[in-house]
Amino acid sequence: MSYIIDRRLNGKNKSTVNRQRFLQRYKAHIKKAVGEAMNSRSITDMEKGERISIPTRDISEPVFSHGPGGHVDRVLPGNKQFSTGDRIPRQGQQSGSGGGGGNASDSGEGMDEFVFQISQEEFLDFMFEGLQLPNMVKRRLAGNESFQVVRAGISNEGTPGRLNVVRSLKAAHARRIALTGSKRRNLHLLEEELEQEQSKDVTLRDQRRIDLLQREIADLRSRVKRVPFLDDFDLKYNLLIKQPRPRSRAVMFCLMDVSGSMNQATKDMAKRFFLLLYLFLQRSYEYTEVVFIRHHTSAKEVDEEEFFYSRETGGTIVSSALKLMRTVMRERYPASEWNIYGAQASDGDNWNDDSSTCHKILIDDIMPHVQYYSYVEITPRDHQALWEEYESVKALFPEHFAMEQIVDVQDIYPVFRQLFSQKVSA
Amino acid sequence: MFDHFSSSSDSQAEGPISTSSEWTFELIREYDRAIAEIAEEFGLDTYPNQIEVISSEQMMDAYSSVGMPVGYNHWSFGKQFISVENNYQRGLMGLAYEIVINSNPCIAYLMEENTMTMQALVIAHACYGHNSFFKGNYLFRSWTDASSIIDYLIFAKNYIRECEQRHGQAEVEAVLDSCHALMNYGVDRYKRPYPISAVEEERRQKEREEYRQRQLNDLWRTIPRMGEDDEGNSPHRFPEEPQENILYFIEKNAPLLENWQRELVRIVRKLAQYFYPQRQTQVMNEGWASFWHYTLLTELYKRGRVTEGFMIEFLQSHTNVIYQPAFDSPYYNGINPYTLGFSIFSDLRRICESPTEEDREWFPDIAGTNWTETLQFAMRDFKDESFILQFLSPKVMRDMKLFCISDDDRENEIVVNAIHDEDGYRQLRANLAGQYNLGNREPNIQVFSVANRGDRSLTLHHTQHRRRPLGKDTKEVLRHIHRLWGFDVHLDSLNGDEITASYHCPDVGRDRTEREEESMLIPKPI
Repeated sequence: MSYIIDRRLNGKNKSTVNRQRFLQRYKAHIKKAVGEAMNSRSITDMEKGERISIPTRDISEPVFSHGPGGHVDRVLPGNKQFSTGDRIPRQGQQSGSGGGGGNASDSGEGMDEFVFQISQEEFLDFMFEGLQLPNMVKRRLAGNESFQVVRAGISNEGTPGRLNVVRSLKAAHARRIALTGSKRRNLHLLEEELEQEQSKDVTLRDQRRIDLLQREIADLRSRVKRVPFLDDFDLKYNLLIKQPRPRSRAVMFCLMDVSGSMNQATKDMAKRFFLLLYLFLQRSYEYTEVVFIRHHTSAKEVDEEEFFYSRETGGTIVSSALKLMRTVMRERYPASEWNIYGAQASDGDNWNDDSSTCHKILIDDIMPHVQYYSYVEITPRDHQALWEEYESVKALFPEHFAMEQIVDVQDIYPVFRQLFSQKVSA
Repeated sequence: MFDHFSSSSDSQAEGPISTSSEWTFELIREYDRAIAEIAEEFGLDTYPNQIEVISSEQMMDAYSSVGMPVGYNHWSFGKQFISVENNYQRGLMGLAYEIVINSNPCIAYLMEENTMTMQALVIAHACYGHNSFFKGNYLFRSWTDASSIIDYLIFAKNYIRECEQRHGQAEVEAVLDSCHALMNYGVDRYKRPYPISAVEEERRQKEREEYRQRQLNDLWRTIPRMGEDDEGNSPHRFPEEPQENILYFIEKNAPLLENWQRELVRIVRKLAQYFYPQRQTQVMNEGWASFWHYTLLTELYKRGRVTEGFMIEFLQSHTNVIYQPAFDSPYYNGINPYTLGFSIFSDLRRICESPTEEDREWFPDIAGTNWTETLQFAMRDFKDESFILQFLSPKVMRDMKLFCISDDDRENEIVVNAIHDEDGYRQLRANLAGQYNLGNREPNIQVFSVANRGDRSLTLHHTQHRRRPLGKDTKEVLRHIHRLWGFDVHLDSLNGDEITASYHCPDVGRDRTEREEESMLIPKPI
C-alpha cells in the first residue's frame, strides 16, 4: 500500500539557514570578492548581485584519503587495444586520479573555484558591512511627512466606537453627586427630624409638623430622582490624533572639478566614489537628495547627465563650487532640517591664491553645518596648495572632515571603507 | 482526471494506463497499483511506500541535506545547497529524478517537473527497487533501523539547536566540523550497533553523562591509588587493542570534552553508522533498483498497460542511466555503479534462464535455477565486494571490456596485468572486488595508544595498503583530531613495521617561529 502526498506547498526554503551560515563563515572571502567587484564593475550596475568565487581549497572539508604513490591495481572499462602484459608509459596526470573517481574529474576539467551568486541585498550588505555614518543622524520634521496615529487623552466629542466607558461613568457619577448634594443633605436632616418626631410619645406628637416633613421629604426624593443617571455631556471619548513622524533626510552635495586637467578616466573614478557614497547614504536615510555642482573657473548646478559626461576646459577655481554649495545650502537645505554631506573630487589643481579662500569658506560657512565632508584627490602626482589647506581644515574638524588620495580605480573601495570605517567611540 | 480513473478501473487489465505525458495524482496511484501488482508477482518484499511529490526547489533542499527530510543546521549543507542551486540554474546538471530514504515507510520524492513516464520509472526504481533492497539486504537489516531514523534526526536537530543556544553557534560548529572530518572513522565495522531511537536516546542521555564522567575520572586519575604502586612499573597500554572507531574512542575518552560535545560526537557517529551500509552497497543497490525498474516496466509493456511512446521515453532515460563511458573518454568518471550492478543482475537472470556451457562451468550452483530466488539470494546476503567476487560473470567482463592495470610507483611503466580473456577473468574479478572494499579505499587508520601517564598525547597508526601514502589533507584532519582531543596528536604511517611518514599536530619538526605562526591557525582546543 502506498501513500501519495502532495508536498509542493510545503516550505521550500529549508536550506536558507544553512546558506546563511555558509555566507557568514566565508565572510572574509566574500567581502574581498565584493571589493574586487566594486572596482571592475561598470557604474550603472554597481548595486546588482554578484558572482562570488572562493578557492575550493579554502572551503574543502578535509578527510583522510590516499595520496598518489604506492602500488595500485585499477580495473577500467572500455578496453580497445590492450592485451595482457602490455606496458604503457606513465602519462603524468592521467594515472593520478581514477580509482574510485577522484574529485578532480567530477566536473570534467576540475574545479579550482567554488562559484556562486549572491543577491543584490546581500551584495550591499557585504559592501557596507562594518561601515558607519560617522555622525549622528538628525531627524527633523518637514513638509510631506508620514503620519502616525497616537492617543492624545480624552475628548467630549467622538464616534460611539471610541467611547471611553469608565471615564463616561465617572463623569456621570461626579455630576450626580454635584447636582444632588445639597438636596440629599436636606433630605437627610428632614428624615432625622421626622424620626425624632415619630419617636416621641403619641400625645406629644405634632401631627401637622409630621405631615409637613413627609411632604417635604417626598418632594426632595422626587427631585433627586429626576437627576438622570447618564447625561449627554457625561460621555467621554478617546481622542486619537495624527502626529507627523520625523524622518531622516539627507542631501548629498557632489562637487567635481571639470576643468581641462580632469580627463574622462579621472571623472570616472570620481563618479564611482560618489556612487558608493550615494548607495551608502540611501541605506542609512529614508530620503536622500543629491545636488551636483561642477566647476572650472565658475560653478554651476547641473543634472546628473551633464555632471558626468559634458566636458569643459579652462582653469580651476575651487572656491566657486564651495560658494555655490553655500548658497544652495542656505536657500534649500537648512541645516536644521537636513543632514548634509559633502563629497568633493578633484585632481588637486587650483588657482594659486584660491586655496586659502576655500579654506575660509569651508571653515566659516560649510563645516559648521554639514555632517560630514569628504574630499578625494584623484591624482598620482604630489599634493598642491589645496591639499595643504584642506589638511588644516581637517585639523579643525577631525570628526567631520576626511580626505584621501586615490591613484587608480583599485583604491576607491578601500579608500571609501577607510573613510567610513566604524570608529570606536572614545 | 476522473475520466482516466473510471475508464481504467472498468477495464482493469486492458489498455494503456495513460497516453499523454502529463501526470496526475490519479495516474500516479494507478501506475503505482499496477507496478505493485507485478512486483508482488516477482516476489519483491517492500516497506510501505510514501510517495511525495515535490518541486525542484524542494528537491534541491533535499539534495543538500544528504537526502534527509530533516537535518541539523551546518554551513557545509549550505555550501552543498549553493553549489547544487548554481549548477542547476546554469544548466550544468539536471536534478536527480528521485531521492529515496531508507525509512519505514520508505519515503520517495517525485519531482513535479517530470513526465508521467519518468514518474512511473521513479516509482519502479525507488519504491520497489531500492525499497526492497533496504528491506532485504543483510547490511541494512542488521545495521540500520529504518523505523526510527526520522525520529532520531529530529532528536539530533533539536539537541544541536539547543546546544547552539546554550554554547554559541561557533562552538557547536567547530565540534561538528571536526566530527565531519572523521565521519568515515566513526563506524563500527564488526559490532552490530544498538538500534537508535529518539525517545531512548533522550532518556539515556543523562545516565550516559554521569557514567562517562566516572569513567573519565578513572582514566585520567593523577592521584596514585593505595596499593597499586606496582602497576606504575608495568604500565598498561591504553587502549589495549588498537581502535578503528576513532570518533567512538574520542567520545568516550577525550580528556577535555564537555558532555554536550561528547553528545555531538555521538550524533555524528550515529549518522555515519546509518550511512555506512549505503557506502558499502552502492553497486548492488543501484544495480538492483535499475534491474527492477527495467523488468517491471518491460512487464507493464508486455501486458499492454503502457504505450510504445512510453517505452521509448523510458528506454532513452534508462540507457542514459546505465551508460558507461570508456576509460579514455572525457566523460569517464570511474565505473558507473548503475551499469555494473545492472549488468551483473541482468546476466544473473540470463544465467538462470538460458545458461551456456561457460555459465555451467563458472556458476554450477545457479545455472538453470529459478531466477527470482537466485536474485533474491544475491541481493540479501552480500555487499559490493563479495557480490562482485561471487557473481561477476565472464560475459559481463567481456561486455564492459574490463581490463586491469597495475600502477607501481617503483616502475617506470604501467603494466596491463589482466584483460577480459580466459586467463584474466579471475584476476579481473578479484581486483574489481578489491576496488569496492572500503578497507582498501580508505586509509586504514586506528587509534594506537594514549600517553595516559605522560603528556596525554594521542598516537594513531596508519597501516599502509600496498605502500599507498596518505593524501594532502592529512595535516588538516589531524588538526581536527587535535581540536577534539585537546592534547598533542601524532600519526605514524607504517609500511609493515617501518614508519615511513609521521604527522604531528601541533607540528614539531620545524623551528620555533614557524611553529608559532602555525599555532595561530590551529583550531583552539576546546
